[in-house]
Amino acid sequence: MTEPPESQTRSAFRRFVAQEVQPRAAAIDRDETFPEELIGKLAAAGYLAPWLPPEQGGLAMDWQSYGILAEEVGGACASTRSLLTVHGMATYALQRCGSKVLKDALLPRLGRGEIIGAFAVSEPEVGSDAAHPQTAAAATAEGYRLTGRKTWITFGERADVFLLLATGDKGPTAFLLDADTPGLTVAPIRGMLGTRGSMMAELTLDGCPVPAARRIGREGLGFTMVISTALDLGRYSVACGCVGTLRACLEASTAYTARRRQFGSEIREHQLVRRIVTDMLTSLRCAELLCRRAGALRDERSPAALAETMIAKYYASTAARRAADDAVQLQGALGCSRESDVERFYRDAKVMEIIEGSNQIQQIAIADFAYQKPDPVQG
Amino acid sequence: MTSQDTRGQIRSYLERVIQNAEIEDDDDIFENGFVNSLFAVELVAFTENTFGIEVEDEDLDLANFNSIDALAGFIERKRAAA
Repeated sequence: MTEPPESQTRSAFRRFVAQEVQPRAAAIDRDETFPEELIGKLAAAGYLAPWLPPEQGGLAMDWQSYGILAEEVGGACASTRSLLTVHGMATYALQRCGSKVLKDALLPRLGRGEIIGAFAVSEPEVGSDAAHPQTAAAATAEGYRLTGRKTWITFGERADVFLLLATGDKGPTAFLLDADTPGLTVAPIRGMLGTRGSMMAELTLDGCPVPAARRIGREGLGFTMVISTALDLGRYSVACGCVGTLRACLEASTAYTARRRQFGSEIREHQLVRRIVTDMLTSLRCAELLCRRAGALRDERSPAALAETMIAKYYASTAARRAADDAVQLQGALGCSRESDVERFYRDAKVMEIIEGSNQIQQIAIADFAYQKPDPVQG
Repeated sequence: MTSQDTRGQIRSYLERVIQNAEIEDDDDIFENGFVNSLFAVELVAFTENTFGIEVEDEDLDLANFNSIDALAGFIERKRAAA
């Protein structure tokens, strides 16, 4: 029987992950650093921004396939999935909102992984209220000078260019800032709960000069148009990554409970264990379907994709955290130790409920969609 | 497709998304608080998907999207330029 296209796609991703990501995942977490060699492997495979056309280093990949890639990578290593997410957010925002000159100059380099992008919006005093950054963009004759602080920047230590939001005369404005800009200091952050290999950093901007040509979108529309576009992709990537975490938790749990014996039988025979595994499988299927629906709508360029992506991210991240919690519970003390992957899944899964808009922010926005009349086509 | 058809499609979409509000053709839907900032991205997708036009970076101005009049005018200009 001929393998259907989706299975072929998944098989290719799964082979790559088994060879290149899985063997490195525990060390990435333990050492709190990300191997350059793996960035090179991801770039060579065309996976860093795979939706870009081949002439820009991509694979012209559709969004449903991208979701499967994020899922397969996310199931093995949340830090690696984080790289795909933040690099993708910077690249996608540039593709959708940047000038032709800037796109021609940078998209091929981002697509081929010659430069790595990151997303710099959070600040010490600015989290969920991301549309009001305290970082200032002062107009100059050549462009702008940026002054402020950005923190919790995933891959901030490694990135070559930052998609950054600052407040200018007309409001929040987005920029692409080079990591070697004078006045920019990058300080690594270690000791995070999860995604420990994601090279997190704090950025201090002390009058960083940025040419006007590095502005993305119009002044004052940096959040409305540019950052919202990036976050939309980020949420899709995280949601699909959470499906991978869910599957990994289920596989670890069924394998463990099939070999672990207590009270004279394998613990998979115990009804309370079976209930946990049932909930994991059911939530996995739900999250898969939500992500698949969001991906299909993205491929159609449907306006409903934004809402469905939020719903997918909200559900999948909540379910992944719950599944990781249960996976640890099933393994007991082993699940609390580094000997078991589920200890890492548990820490990583909690992060998913916070990044790219906390789940409370998703809930507020999803409620707005609930009060809309149903789409006559999408339902 | 006539200008009236375009306006009708825009109105139909906005009335589905924005409930319990009377929207005039020249009402600024962002300034009047009918929608939040997230809606701009959705409106761009609606425009591309429904009218088959490519919204370029220089088009990403709220002035092109903030009312039924503005969006209908923007779509007409894009079609004329195509």
